Amino acid sequence: MADIPISHILFVSTALFFIGMYGLFTRRNMITMLMSVELILNSVNINFVVFNKYMYPDKLDGIFFTIFIITIAAAEAAVAIAIIINLYRSHRSIDVESAEEMKY
Amino acid sequence: MTASQIIFYIISAFILGTAILSVTTRKIFRSAIWLLFSLIGIAGLYFWLEVEFIAAVQIVVYVGGIVVLIIFSLFLTQQAGKEMLKPPILRSIASVLAVLFGFALTYYLIYKNNFQATDRNFDLSVKKIGSQMLETGENGYALPFEVVSILLLAAMVGCIVIAIKSKPEENNG
Repeated sequence: MADIPISHILFVSTALFFIGMYGLFTRRNMITMLMSVELILNSVNINFVVFNKYMYPDKLDGIFFTIFIITIAAAEAAVAIAIIINLYRSHRSIDVESAEEMKY
Repeated sequence: MTASQIIFYIISAFILGTAILSVTTRKIFRSAIWLLFSLIGIAGLYFWLEVEFIAAVQIVVYVGGIVVLIIFSLFLTQQAGKEMLKPPILRSIASVLAVLFGFALTYYLIYKNNFQATDRNFDLSVKKIGSQMLETGENGYALPFEVVSILLLAAMVGCIVIAIKSKPEENNG
């Protein structure tokens, strides 16, 4: 395992984070934006696991943070989808631009 | 190159390729399926890192739960075969530039920092995770565990309250 430097694994997680950011910038559909958020959360999880395994191997804190992030991501996805379905019932669309009257 | 290195680069290329396809494809259902492949690739990366417990949780929660939920909501809210609108060209260019600069800056910082692995061994056993999760002592995670369980309960009740169909008024009277 030690034959791969840490920076190569961090390259993957950083690239994944910015791919998620790109999706968040360009998409205007709420469900695809939610998918981008999932990608971002996954890149953070990879970081936690890698730092825990390679730099602090006698502790388990990174593993616990990963488990809690996965749990909270599941709760967040469920609540977001409930809100999206409710919005679709009232607006017949899940585009963020069509929900802009909620600003006022 | 050893076999371990080759496997790592293949898994990484798979994750990044499917993630890029997931955020750029214009058919929304395909986007969800590419996301599914990307999450499976991340589970593979966890297997490669020898954290099997996290890999199993990743497959059960993300692949089995969240992606299925997303696909259900896609079918409930729109026609899956319809193409989404192209983003305006100016917005695409600006996003690509912002993302590239952000990536370059972040990776430059990581590269400069030059993280070094220690050669101590990492042993992750499920028994250790379980006993530390429910320990109330100094390194225990009993309080966050309870808080997260309350959060899940609140999220469940909240989802039902938000998504429930309110009865029309004339049925009541």
